Amino acid sequence: MRYDAIVIGAGHNGLVCAAYLGRAGRRVLVLEAAEAPGGLAADREFIPGFHASIAHSLSHFSAKVATDLKLGTHGFGELKQRLPTVGLRLGGEHLVLEGDALAGVGADDATAYGDHQKRMRRFAAALDPFWFKTMPRIGSAKPADVRTFAHLGLNLRRMGKDDMREFLRVAPLPIRDLMDEHFADGALKAVLSWDALIGAKLAPRSPNGAVLAMLYRMAEASRGMHSIPLGSVPSLIESLRRSAAAFGAEIRCAAEVSRILVEGGANDLAAKGVQLADGERLDADCVVSATDPKRTFLDLVGVRFLDIGFTNRIRRLRCDGYVAKLHLALDGLPEFDGLERPRGRLIAAPDMDAIEFAFDDAKHGGLPARPVLEMVVPSLEDASLAPPGRQVLSAHVLYVPYRLQGGWTDAARERMRERAIDAIAQYAPRIRDQIIHSEFLTPADLEREHRVTGGHWHHVEFALDQLLMMRPTYEAAQYSTPIPGLHLCGAGCHPGGDLTGAPGHNAAQEILQ
Amino acid sequence: MNAYDAIVIGAGHNGLTNAAYLAKAGLKVIVLEKNDYIGGAAVSREVHEGWIYSNCSYVCSMMRQAIHRDLDLSRHGLLLVPYLGTVNFGQGEERLLSYHDEEAAYLELKRHSPHDADAMHRFQADLSRYAQLIRKTLMRTPPDPASFRPRDLMELLHLAKQFWSLGEREIYEYIRFFTMSAAEYLEDYFENDLIKAAMATPGIIGTALGVYSPGSAYVLLHHVMGDVDGAIGAWGLARGGMGAISNAIAGAVTEHGGEIRICAGVERVLVENRRAVGVALENGDEFRSRIVVSNLDARRTFTRIMDRRDLPEGIYEKARNFKIRGSSGKVNIALSGLPKFTGVPDNPHLNRGGQAFIGTLETLERAYDCWKRGRWSGDPFVESVIPSAWDPTVAPPGKHWMSNFVQYCPPQLVEGPWTPKRREQFGQTVIDKIERYSPGFKDLIVHMEVRTPHEIEQEIGLTEGNIFQGELTLDQLFFNRPFPGYGQYRMPVKNLYMCGSSTHPGGGVSAVCGANAAREILKDLRCPNSVPEDDFHDE
Amino acid sequence: MNAIDPYAGERLKTSPFHPRQRALNVRDAWTSWNGYQFALHYYDAEYEYFCIRNACATYDISPMQKYEIRGRDAEAMLNRMVTRDVAKIKPNRVAYCVWCTDAGRVIDDGTIFKLAGDRFMLTCGSPCAAWLEKSAFGFAEVQVTDLSDALAALSLQGPTSGAVLKKLGLNGVENAKPFDIQHFSFHCHELRVSRTGFTGDLGYELWIQPDLALELWDELYAAGEHHGIHPYGEAATNMARLEAGFIMPGMEFNEALKTVRFEHDQTPFELNLGWLVDFSKPHFSGRRALLAEQERGPRYTLTKLDIEGNRPAEDARIYANKRCTKEVGYVTSAMWSPAVKANIALAMIETEHAQGELWAEIHYEKELRQYSRVVRCQRKDQPFWAPARAKATPPPDC
Repeated sequence: MRYDAIVIGAGHNGLVCAAYLGRAGRRVLVLEAAEAPGGLAADREFIPGFHASIAHSLSHFSAKVATDLKLGTHGFGELKQRLPTVGLRLGGEHLVLEGDALAGVGADDATAYGDHQKRMRRFAAALDPFWFKTMPRIGSAKPADVRTFAHLGLNLRRMGKDDMREFLRVAPLPIRDLMDEHFADGALKAVLSWDALIGAKLAPRSPNGAVLAMLYRMAEASRGMHSIPLGSVPSLIESLRRSAAAFGAEIRCAAEVSRILVEGGANDLAAKGVQLADGERLDADCVVSATDPKRTFLDLVGVRFLDIGFTNRIRRLRCDGYVAKLHLALDGLPEFDGLERPRGRLIAAPDMDAIEFAFDDAKHGGLPARPVLEMVVPSLEDASLAPPGRQVLSAHVLYVPYRLQGGWTDAARERMRERAIDAIAQYAPRIRDQIIHSEFLTPADLEREHRVTGGHWHHVEFALDQLLMMRPTYEAAQYSTPIPGLHLCGAGCHPGGDLTGAPGHNAAQEILQ
Repeated sequence: MNAYDAIVIGAGHNGLTNAAYLAKAGLKVIVLEKNDYIGGAAVSREVHEGWIYSNCSYVCSMMRQAIHRDLDLSRHGLLLVPYLGTVNFGQGEERLLSYHDEEAAYLELKRHSPHDADAMHRFQADLSRYAQLIRKTLMRTPPDPASFRPRDLMELLHLAKQFWSLGEREIYEYIRFFTMSAAEYLEDYFENDLIKAAMATPGIIGTALGVYSPGSAYVLLHHVMGDVDGAIGAWGLARGGMGAISNAIAGAVTEHGGEIRICAGVERVLVENRRAVGVALENGDEFRSRIVVSNLDARRTFTRIMDRRDLPEGIYEKARNFKIRGSSGKVNIALSGLPKFTGVPDNPHLNRGGQAFIGTLETLERAYDCWKRGRWSGDPFVESVIPSAWDPTVAPPGKHWMSNFVQYCPPQLVEGPWTPKRREQFGQTVIDKIERYSPGFKDLIVHMEVRTPHEIEQEIGLTEGNIFQGELTLDQLFFNRPFPGYGQYRMPVKNLYMCGSSTHPGGGVSAVCGANAAREILKDLRCPNSVPEDDFHDE
Repeated sequence: MNAIDPYAGERLKTSPFHPRQRALNVRDAWTSWNGYQFALHYYDAEYEYFCIRNACATYDISPMQKYEIRGRDAEAMLNRMVTRDVAKIKPNRVAYCVWCTDAGRVIDDGTIFKLAGDRFMLTCGSPCAAWLEKSAFGFAEVQVTDLSDALAALSLQGPTSGAVLKKLGLNGVENAKPFDIQHFSFHCHELRVSRTGFTGDLGYELWIQPDLALELWDELYAAGEHHGIHPYGEAATNMARLEAGFIMPGMEFNEALKTVRFEHDQTPFELNLGWLVDFSKPHFSGRRALLAEQERGPRYTLTKLDIEGNRPAEDARIYANKRCTKEVGYVTSAMWSPAVKANIALAMIETEHAQGELWAEIHYEKELRQYSRVVRCQRKDQPFWAPARAKATPPPDC
C-alpha cells in the first residue's frame, strides 16, 4: 500500500491540503494523533454537555478555499452573521464596533475610525493576493516568482504615492504608535490593536510585526470582522473532513506519527513515508507535515538528516505561546454590566498600557497581575454547545507565558485561572456564582494536548524575521524543505496561523506543480 | 542688509558641517545659534573652573573620516583617540573586560565561556558584514521608493546591487538582523548572560526600545557601525571633550568665510509665496536668504519655528507624530580622584575605556519596563567613561570627571513633571548604582550635574532630550526619515532644508546628515559640489 | 614583592612545556596561538626546518584545540558534522577531516582520533566550541568536553623521531603505521602516541596530562640528545607543511564562519580535498551544496606550483598569459624550498584555467627599491616533499 502523499496532522491546514491533493486525484492519507481531527479548532467537551474549541471565532477563513472544497455542501455555513466587537468599560458604557459602525466613542474618534479603517482596508486589499501565493526565494528567476515580486511592486505602486509611502512607514510601526496617531479613546485603541497582537509575542509597543498581523487578519471579505459559524468553529473542521473524504482522502485518527522516514542512497535521500508510534510503516511519495516546524524537523525527521546551520535555525525558531484559554460552563447567560446579551467578541482591556503591562509580567516569565481578555459566548450563536438554559463562555487570556518561572504547577494554573475570572468579574460581577465548571489551559497545556510546540497559535512567532520568504526559515519557506519529498503545510508556513486555510492551500499548489 | 545665500538654524555639529560645506562652495552662509555657545549636544563646557564636561554626548564612533579629512578638522584642533579597554559590570563580582588586543579579549571571554569566546569570531564577522553594507548607504541620499525619477530608480538599483552582493543566504540573515530584537539576535551566538547583556547594550542606548523589542538589533549596529581608523565598532574620545569636534568644524566654517552668530534664537522661518525666504530672530532681527537649513529636529522645526499656515496639509501632523522620545539621562560627576572598582584589576589602561554598569539582560529590560510606566529604574543601565583618565585638558591634575549616561530616563514622570528634587533623586539612584561597584565612590564626588530629558530639551533644544533627534526604528529610517517623501533633505516648503540627525542616516556625532544635506543643497543651487559620497576603509 | 599583577588576566597563557621552551628560546621570538604564548622560532628558523628534515624536532601543539566527544551518538554526531565517513575510522586510528557550513564552505580542518567505539578526540587549529555545540544539538547521547587546556601535546617530527621514541622506551612504536594511535605507560600514566604530524615527514604526536609534560620533555630530550633533537616554532612548521602541500587556515582558506565577504571562503573541492568528501555515507552538513558543486565543478582549484627563478611568489597574482592581461588566480603560500631546491607555491587558480599556461607576477624588493617580474609556473601534482620514510612501517633507522 503506497500513498501519493501522507499528511501529518488533521488540523485545518492539514485537511485543506489533503482535500486539494485529493481533488487533484492524489491518493492521500491524513494521520492525526488525537482521537478526532481539528487541532486547535477541534471540539472540546470540557465537561459533559458543554462544548468549546480553542479557536473560538473565524475572521479571515478563505472564501476561495471554501468554494474550491465545496465546504458549503459539507455543512459549513456562510459567515454572514458578523459578530460585533465590544470594548468593555467599567461602568457599562461600552464601545461597540459593528461593521463600519462605531458606537460609544467621541465624535473625533468616530471620524478618525472611518478614515483609519478605509486606509487599512486599502493596505489590506493590496496585500490580499500574497497570502495565497508562495513567497519566492530572493533572486529566484522562475517566471512565477518574478511575477509575484512584480505583482507586489505593482500593487504598492498602484496605491499611489501617498499611500505607498504611508504603507512603508506604517508597516513596521508598533501598534501603539499607529493608534496614538489617530485616536484618543484608550479603550478604542486597545480594541483596535487587539487583532494586531493576540496570539503573538507582541505588545502595543513592539515594533516590526503588529501592523502586518493586523492587515493579515483583515484579509478576505470580512475585513477583520469575526463570526461564529453554525455549529461553532468545529463545524469548519467537520466540513473540511467531509470534503477531504469526498475527494478521496483517507483520514486516520489516533494514529500518531513517530518518525518521518528519510531514506535513499547517495544521491536520492528523500522522505519515503512515516512510521507510526505503534511501529506501523506507511509509504508515500511525499510527506506533508501540518504540524509545527520544530516538531517536524527536530522530532519527526531528526537532526541527522539535516544540515547543522539549518538545524540551528529551526532550533532557534521562537515559538513560545503567550495565550491561555479559559472555558466556563455557566448556569445561565453571563450578566455583563451594560450588556443585555453579551453577543460578540468582548474585549476586556481598558487601554493599551493594560495590555503592555500584562505583557511585561509575562515576558519575564511571570503571571500577569491583571490579564487582558477576549471573550465570546459561543452558545449564544449555537445553543447546542450547552445544555438547555446553560451557556459557555470562552476566553483568550493574555499574556500567559509558556515558560513560567519555576515551571507550571497546578497551583500556578489555579492562581492564573482566578486572576482571569477576577478580570471577567470586573465587568460581570456575578460571574463567580454562575460558574458550574471551569477549565484553564496554559500554553504548556496546549502544547501537551494539541502537540503544538510552545502552545503557539502561529506555530512560529509572528515576527518579521519569521515571516514571508523566511517563514519558518529560508530553505523551508516555499512549502518544500531541504529534504526532497518532505513538505510543510501548517501555520508555521507563510502566511501564518489563524483559521485561514492559506498555508494548506498554498502547500497543495506547490506540491501539485 | 542681512542677506545671505544660506541660513543654518542651530550650530550643532551637523549644522556647522552643513555650513562649512556651503561656505566652502562659495556661498555666503550664516549659522544662527540660540545659546551663547556652539555645538548643540557636542559640547565641552566649563561649568566649574578647571573641569570641562562633555555634558551631553560623550563618545564619538561615527564621525566620518572623509569629512574629518575633507574639512581639515585636525588642523582645526581635532584629535580623536580610540577607547582601550571597557569594563562591563554584571551581578556581584562578575566582570567582563573588553580589550583592544585580540588574544587578551579572547582569554577574557573564555574565562566566562569557551563557547562564547569562539562564537565571538562569528559575531564579529557577521556584524562587520552588516556594518559594511550599511556604511555604504550613510553618505548617500536615500532614494524615494515611490518616485519614478531616474535618479531614484538608479539609486534603488545601486542598493539592490549592494544587497545582492551579500549572497542569498546572507540577505535573509541581514533581514533577520534588521528586524529582530538585540537580545533574541544575540541568543544565537552567546550563552553567557553578561556577554549577551554587554553586547546588547548598544541596542538600547538613546532609544525608547528594550533589549527584547524587535528592531533593537539595528540600533546595536547603528552604534557599532562607525569606526575609528577602520576598526569597526571602535569608539573614540575627542581630546578636549566633544566640543572639540564642534569647534573644529566651526573653524572650518569661518575659514571658508561662513559666519556664526550665537545668542541668536530663531523665532520663525519666514515663508513667502510658499518659499522660505529667511528667518526672524527672537529679538526681532530679520535675516533674508535664498535658502534656509534647519539643524533642529523635525518636531521642533515644524511645530515651533514654522507657522502652521505656511505648511502644506498634513505636515504639522507628521511632525507631531514624529517619534522623538526622551529615554536617556546624563549625570556628569567631578571626582577628586580616580575611582576604584571591585573585581577590576588595578590597571590604568582599563580606565582608558568605558564602564558599563549593567547587571543582567533582565536588569536592562526591567529598566525599560520602568520607563514605560513613567519611572526610572532603581537599577538603571549606566554607561560611563572617565575622559580625564587620559585627556589632560578636561580636569585639574590628579582630578577627574566621569560621564555617566543613563538608560532609561522618562521625559515626564508618572507623578508629574521633573522637579529639582526628583532630578536629585534620579542622580542619587545613579550614584548608588556606581557605589555598589565602587565602594567609596560617593566620597570622591566634588560636584555633579544631573540632566534629565527635561534639561537636555531646555538647554540644547532636542525634543524630549532624544539624542538621535528621532527614534531609530524602521518607520523613521532611511527614506522614511524624517517623513516618507521627504527623505532627501528637501522639506515641504521650497528652499527649506533639514540637516540634523532627524534626517538620514540619523543620530550620532557623525557629521553625515549635515554633509549629505549640503550635497543636495549645492545640487539645487547648481554650485560646485565637493561633499564626499563614500567613506570606508574597506574599499 | 607580593603585588598582584594587574595584567594577569590579559597576559598570554603558557603551555605546560613552557619552562623548557623559554630556556631554549634564545631569540625570545614569540607569537601567540589561541591565547597561548607560542614560539615563532627558537634559535634559527632555517636550522629548525633542517632539524625536521634531517634529524628530529619538537613542536608544541598544546595550544591546539582538543575536544573529546563521547557517548553512544558520538560517531553519528561527528559523521554528520565532517565530510568524511567517521564510521570507517577504526579504533586507534586518526583521520584528517574538514567540516563545512550548509553552503559547503570549509569551517576548519582537523583530525579525528577514534579512541573507542564511543569515544573520539577532535583536534583543530581554532576554537570550535560553538560549532560543536550546534553540531551536537539533537543527539541525545553525546558529550563534548573541551580538553584544550587539559591535555599537553608535543609533536616530534623528522627521520630520527621513531628512533628517539624507541630510545625513550616506547617499545613497539616502530609498528605504528601512519595515522595509528598507540598507548604507553609513562610514570604510571597514559602517554598517547599517534603517528601524525604536519610536516609531511616521519613523525609522531605525543599526548600527555599537563603535570607530566616536563618529565616527558626531559626524558625525550635525553633520549634525543644524540639524534639531533631541537625545538622548532611556527616559522619552520610553515615551511615544512608547504613542502608537504598541507593547507593552513588564514593562508589557503578563510574559516567560513569568520568570513565577511560572499564566497571569500572555500569549499573542499576548491582546496583539492575532494577525497575527503564521501557522498556514500549518511547525510552530513553541506552535502547538498557539495553535491551540486561536484556536478558543476569547483570555481577555484588549489594548485601546487613550481615557479621559475628563486623569488618566492608571496602575494603574487597568477595570470593565464605572460602579458598579464588575464588574471586567473592568486598565490596563497610561497617559499624557496631548501630541501628540493625549488621555488614552490600553493595558489588558487580558476578551475577552467588550472590546466593552461600559468604566469606569476612576483613583486620583490632589492635594497628598498621595488621590482616585479613575470615568470612561468609549472603545475605539480605531487607534494613537493614526500619521502618514503614518511609512510614506511617500520620506519628506517628504527
